[in-house]
Amino acid sequence: MALWFPRLATDRLQRPVGVKAATDTDPGVPPLVLVKKVDNALRLSAVDRKATSLGLAIGQPLANARAMLPALRVVAANEPADLTLLTRIADWCDRFTPFVALDGPRCLLLDVTGAGHLFGGEQALLHKICGGLRLHGFAVRGALAGTPAAARALARYRDGAVIAPGEEAKAVMPLPVEALNLDPVTTHAFRRAGLKTVGQVAGRKRSEIVARFGAAMIASLDLALGHRQKPITPRSPPAVYWKEQNFPEPIATLDIIRLALKSLAGALSDVLEQRGEGARRLEAVFFRADGAVRRIAIDMGGPTRDPLVIDRLFGEKLEALTDPLDPGFGFDLIRLSATFVERSSDGVTDLDSSTSEKAEIGFLVDRLAARFGGHRILSFQPHDTHIPEATWVVTPAQHAGASKLSWKKIRAARAAPRRPLRLFTRPEPVSFLSKAPGPPQLLWRKVPHVVTQREGPERIAMEWWRHQTLQPTRDYFRVEDGEGRRYWLYRNGLPGRGEAASQWLLHGVFA
Amino acid sequence: MHAEKMAALRASLSKPGLADISARIPLGHRQADLCLKGGLERGRLHEVFALLGHEAAATGFAAGLAARVAAGRHLLWIRQDFSAHEFGELSATGFLELGLDPTRMLLACMRDGADGLRAAHDALSCAALGAVVIEIAGQPKILDLMASRRLTLACTKKAVTAFLLRLGAQPDASAAETRWLIRSAASPVGHENWGHPVFEASLVRNRRGTTGHWVMEWNCDEGLFQGPTAHRGAVVPAPCD
Repeated sequence: MALWFPRLATDRLQRPVGVKAATDTDPGVPPLVLVKKVDNALRLSAVDRKATSLGLAIGQPLANARAMLPALRVVAANEPADLTLLTRIADWCDRFTPFVALDGPRCLLLDVTGAGHLFGGEQALLHKICGGLRLHGFAVRGALAGTPAAARALARYRDGAVIAPGEEAKAVMPLPVEALNLDPVTTHAFRRAGLKTVGQVAGRKRSEIVARFGAAMIASLDLALGHRQKPITPRSPPAVYWKEQNFPEPIATLDIIRLALKSLAGALSDVLEQRGEGARRLEAVFFRADGAVRRIAIDMGGPTRDPLVIDRLFGEKLEALTDPLDPGFGFDLIRLSATFVERSSDGVTDLDSSTSEKAEIGFLVDRLAARFGGHRILSFQPHDTHIPEATWVVTPAQHAGASKLSWKKIRAARAAPRRPLRLFTRPEPVSFLSKAPGPPQLLWRKVPHVVTQREGPERIAMEWWRHQTLQPTRDYFRVEDGEGRRYWLYRNGLPGRGEAASQWLLHGVFA
Repeated sequence: MHAEKMAALRASLSKPGLADISARIPLGHRQADLCLKGGLERGRLHEVFALLGHEAAATGFAAGLAARVAAGRHLLWIRQDFSAHEFGELSATGFLELGLDPTRMLLACMRDGADGLRAAHDALSCAALGAVVIEIAGQPKILDLMASRRLTLACTKKAVTAFLLRLGAQPDASAAETRWLIRSAASPVGHENWGHPVFEASLVRNRRGTTGHWVMEWNCDEGLFQGPTAHRGAVVPAPCD
């Protein structure tokens, strides 16, 4: 199915919001045009219904339009906003089918294969979608055909057409050649050649068309005539399994929303159980009665299908949302989909207590991640390097697997730790007050510390094979002050070797 | 019938499993364990305060206590973003050098103290955790007597031990089981080997016994606290504040 929005950009600005009546039919309102700079001249990029009826067309210079209609409302074109609007319309269309694709700046393609009977037939579905969009104030033309390209061609010229598979060619033939969705130069060339309809183009010998316009032309002709199929690319990867619930009366209270989610989780978990799978990522999509769509996803550290767990994780997530779920006038459709699944064998009870401990920890991690964000719950992983700050990394605990590397202690038995417990992400500059009488003093954060002991250097050279520019070598020292605090500091760069001027930096503090 | 039931209940109560849960975990330091009547109580809230400028020492001490209690199980460390900037980020190699296993540690980085406490309540309901360390920088208003009571309650429910590590804070009223003030102790001058980290620990609050002040050394090899080893026998602990 294709939906074509002939006046998307002007509809964005003047579709009726709320109860207030439509504006472009109001006689007092001047016609609206959107302008864009093309080849150093302002040209119309969109015209509303009234402007069209007064003879303005897309592509006309603004000066000409002004001359024809002095009382003209002119607004600069805003293509990103148009795209956002089209995306939001696509979100709204998600309630009919998960396969929705954006096509060009003003067209949507929906794969409604097998969805028709849910809405009382394909004609009724088309009617329902177009009617719904018109109710929201959009000018829309829709058509349904066996292939996306044929549907797109038909949507523009035969609004409301429903073409059975195999009959695309017959339906598309009489359409004007513009329906092939070609670039303006080629279309113009066809017109100059006297080929005004798709049928006339298709009637020529293929070799002639290839010789004049290239093989790509034949491909798009075949697509439009339904001789060839090109599947649409949905905006997001479609869910593996999903369950949804329609509400004849939109629901608005959080308790009922939670209940609905719980029952959906139960239904989804049955499906997952039959397949022996568990979800790693679940997405709840809330379709609001007024068209707004909200998606909330939760991630799980391991394959999960227990409805109680799913319900609890969603509860945590909904509670912790900084931008709470706003039901407005209520949701009329809630969909719960598993977007990423894995094989799971939790049907087999494991008697090993370490497994249940692991599962409990995993559940805790999932809960904390749902509440505070997965990037905040971390685990340590060893890393194969000797650069002190890079010998370990923190990764989200949900996605951390067992590492191939093992942790290696640096200190010898009965010796002091050789790496500090607290490490500064940015080493802090320090200096020595050596001119003062007595033992040297370390000046850190404007406070002098008497150095009683020091040990070093431990020379750590940077990994020259990783960096383009030469990194200065570090000489690390352990230093203890009069109160027993042990610091780890280094001199950046070797003074005698022509490296960058040496500087003392404090990298960490020992326990 | 009733007598049988009672007998069965008595038998179930005297099972070793239950005794384990309420057990006290010896720290290894003889005088401290004596003072604590056998060790640190599991499933309670314990506070570790850093004296000004000794934040890393207090971190190490709390890590030691948590490692004793966790005894190889998972350890969750909750810290705020601010304390990483101010006092330094927790380092996996640092924990490793102290004898803790970084693979059995989870790090929760929270925006502020309030989130930290919330996460702690979630975590304390997970019986599989060995211990939870809640690192709080400064004195957030949310951490009052009521909050510490709620933490204690959460600890007892699933017998998970919580350590409240307070950096840059003054002790105030709380429902904690024990409270420790920590500073590092100076090493004797002139020794090649600096030895294990040494703390001057003051037990200033103990609900089940007397208080005390000791020099405690964390043995990184065996994972327990001990008195200062021979070569630092001469060190006399300076009175705390």
